[in-house]
Amino acid sequence: MKTQVLIIGGGATGTGLARDLALRGIHCILAEKRDINAGASGGNQGLLHSGARYIASDPSAAVECQREGRLLKKLAAHCIEDTGGLFVAVAGDDENYIAEFPHRCAKYGIPAHVMDIKDALEIEPALSDQIIAVFRVEDATIDPFRLSLANIAHAQQLGARLLRFTQTVDFKIVNGKIRSVLLLDRRSGKKISIEPEIVVNASGAWAGEVAALAGVHIPMRYSKGSMLVTNTRITQQVVNRLRCPANGDILAPGGTVSIIGTTSERVESPDLYCPEIHEVDLIIEQVAAMLPILASTQYIRSFSGVRALVGAEDMSDDRNVSRGFTLIDHSHESEQIENFVTITGGKLTTYRLMAEKTGDLVCKHLGITQPCKTHIEPLPQTADSKWTKPGLAPRLWIQKKNPKDQLLCECQMVPQSAIDSITSSICTQNGTPSLNAIGLRSRVGKGSCQGMFCSLRISSYLYDRKEFSDTQGLQNLCEFLSERWRGLHSLQWDLPLIKFELMEALHCGLFGLELTCTGRRENLS
Amino acid sequence: MKREYLDITCDLMIIGAGMTGMAAAFFAATRGIDTVQVGMTSELDFSSGLLDLMAVHPIKEGRLWENPWKAIDALVRDCPRHPYALLDRNEMNTALSDFLLLLKQGGLPYHRESDRNVMVITPVGTLKPTYAVPVTVQNGIRALQEKAGCAIIDFQGLRGFSGLQIVETLKSDWPDLHTYRVTFPNSTGELYPEHMANRLELPEARAQLAEAIRPHINRADYVGLPAILGIYETKTVFNDLQERLRRPLFEIPTMPPSITGLRLKNIFVRQLPLSGVRTFFHHKVLKASYIAKKGFRFEVGPQKTKFVVHAKGAVLASGRFFGRGLCADRKRITETVFGLPVYQPADRAHWHRKSFLIPEGHPINQSGLETDDQFRPLGTDGRPAFSNLFAAGSILAHQDWKRMKCGSGLAITTAYGAVNAFERLCC
Repeated sequence: MKTQVLIIGGGATGTGLARDLALRGIHCILAEKRDINAGASGGNQGLLHSGARYIASDPSAAVECQREGRLLKKLAAHCIEDTGGLFVAVAGDDENYIAEFPHRCAKYGIPAHVMDIKDALEIEPALSDQIIAVFRVEDATIDPFRLSLANIAHAQQLGARLLRFTQTVDFKIVNGKIRSVLLLDRRSGKKISIEPEIVVNASGAWAGEVAALAGVHIPMRYSKGSMLVTNTRITQQVVNRLRCPANGDILAPGGTVSIIGTTSERVESPDLYCPEIHEVDLIIEQVAAMLPILASTQYIRSFSGVRALVGAEDMSDDRNVSRGFTLIDHSHESEQIENFVTITGGKLTTYRLMAEKTGDLVCKHLGITQPCKTHIEPLPQTADSKWTKPGLAPRLWIQKKNPKDQLLCECQMVPQSAIDSITSSICTQNGTPSLNAIGLRSRVGKGSCQGMFCSLRISSYLYDRKEFSDTQGLQNLCEFLSERWRGLHSLQWDLPLIKFELMEALHCGLFGLELTCTGRRENLS
Repeated sequence: MKREYLDITCDLMIIGAGMTGMAAAFFAATRGIDTVQVGMTSELDFSSGLLDLMAVHPIKEGRLWENPWKAIDALVRDCPRHPYALLDRNEMNTALSDFLLLLKQGGLPYHRESDRNVMVITPVGTLKPTYAVPVTVQNGIRALQEKAGCAIIDFQGLRGFSGLQIVETLKSDWPDLHTYRVTFPNSTGELYPEHMANRLELPEARAQLAEAIRPHINRADYVGLPAILGIYETKTVFNDLQERLRRPLFEIPTMPPSITGLRLKNIFVRQLPLSGVRTFFHHKVLKASYIAKKGFRFEVGPQKTKFVVHAKGAVLASGRFFGRGLCADRKRITETVFGLPVYQPADRAHWHRKSFLIPEGHPINQSGLETDDQFRPLGTDGRPAFSNLFAAGSILAHQDWKRMKCGSGLAITTAYGAVNAFERLCC
């Protein structure tokens, strides 16, 4: 198979790059080892930073965030909730930092308006009465799944190809040039050879591993960040701690819930982490200083993402490493591969800029002069991406009032028609529907039953629709419940523990899935 | 001063209205013990109606046992702290026989093979090892053993039950298994097992259903349906439909709430008051105090105290977390009624493993109350916390009923043991 550009990695950057190139009329294939946003692009708080958070530690990243944030609010409004944000200091926080904050923001043109504490408490009653300073900023939230799904869908409309569950396993390099790339379809076991003119390694935290396949060394470190999802929405706005970035600083609303985080812990590899219990306790303790209700509220899920940090390997605090991105042209590096580019690091907020800069470099290599269009062309809303939005499925369902269109997920009110739409879009993305793939593209499993009932209704529905055959349903249940559990195991006290007992009684006690699924791979979709 | 609550005096107070509490109340009533029972019955809504005794040991190996008694012998040998170690086979067998007899007398006959586990088809197509099953499920066991020609009927509009799912999952071992989808008489849109079961208590609905099924079963020796064959008149519904179809029928328990579980609950709720137990369902113990030489004083109510129960002794059958017998905050697990010490891992980091379906199970499942050989929960000093308090069922430590497949057996036999101990020590 031939293509102009092979993109490795289907996160925000890879999917954004696919669209960027497609808009320039360049053919590309995107190969993703797992599914869209399987890495840090899916494991974050969904913050569209105003830049204020990095104003002291990394002003240039701050300015980038501010510019990109404003642009995305215009061009990808359907993925964004323009919540606004607050920076809040509590008694005992560093007073110098607080005093310098507005001046620093002003210096770099990042709006930050001081607020009366009484007014802040009126707008956000969940705030602690111990707060000593509040500033209003332009933070917003963004649905990263919606964003990446919309990007790849648009790219596909323009001719790009997506290969999900397709792992890059080898590069054939002759005379300092990649001639072909060997890909493995992890579901069929088939190998595919691609002959690209240029390869872009957009594999995020896995960039070092992918580069190593080409014999290139990228010094990488991995920093895990963990987050918790509350059962209800705690505030209307993003709430940041007004201090030098540390653990447990931010609450970001996301539809009907809030996401609090994060931590920063050095880990050995980018693969598969879930939140540890001490991280959960630390986050709750820290964020509760700003929002006391978080000490007693219900949590429904936790998750982790691994940040890719490129650079000197001896730095002690990972938070000091720039959150800016790294674009490497390997034709200039010591290994000298003339058609290999790596883009990694960065933030969700700057994904578009990262794609633009990478696209420019790719064009330079290909000798193409088409300019980038993603800063002027609005991101189209596509059917593939809309179902992640809370409240959408129920609204459409109620509007249509079709008695035959039954709800399969009762907590989040996802009906059969929505599952049909999602499964058909998975099929057009060269995939086979799985419960995890549906979960990624919808609210399924994210409600209060945590997937214990809807997984059963949906798997039986998928058999009825002949999407599943043989024992696929069992395998899917095991994988889906295992994936949900990764986000639940650190939250097992109070109500989640009660629900867990029911889930285990049903899926182990009655169905015996632990006997059926022993030895199955739990993370392949 | 006017008192706002009623005083009630009894010999035995049973705390809990799940399987264990119900069994304990039955056993107490048959012995003529003056009994009050308090608890929420909602946990029984989630019962499958299948009664497990013991099937998997060691859970780490996932080893299935055909003979539950041999499994229990091996379990007690390897895990001597399992509650089954407190009972001998005769006692356990008597408990089960008495319990099944009571169900039969209530109109809900069960089938068991005295020393053999049976395999029951579940809605996800797995085969569940269990011990005693409602007779309406029995033919399915035979059909499965014979791999006979069999038609599974499912319904347009009944979510979570797909004949195709069962057939596809089992087809490699059972090629003669087929499925057909029919329309439930006079229904459009959404169907619920409870409504369907109620409808089928009317003869005309059964006639119509038989008409709908008949064209599909020419080549079938057995016909399987989701569990919808009546709630109160199951025997009539089952026999009538079986005659109309001229095939042995069987039910497959659905995902909860399953009718097979509701029938059990209905029997308890109806029969226990008739057998003399003063039941206060949808009530809970709000406060428990021990009064030396007199026994216990319990404040009972739905939310505020409505009754005060004075009892010589009590059986604690309040269940685990789902039953609210245990509760946990971020630090530790506590027992909710008496504040008894709970055997538990050192801290929350050791409660669960990172893999949900890990065969050896989560350590928290082995937490719970430790007792002496008379089922009396231990206090901090390792001696019985009270001379007249007995614990039974899933609240007991050193068992993992979900993975061992011993839930109902544990409930019924330890309820029997606890009531016997009460009778021995307190009457």
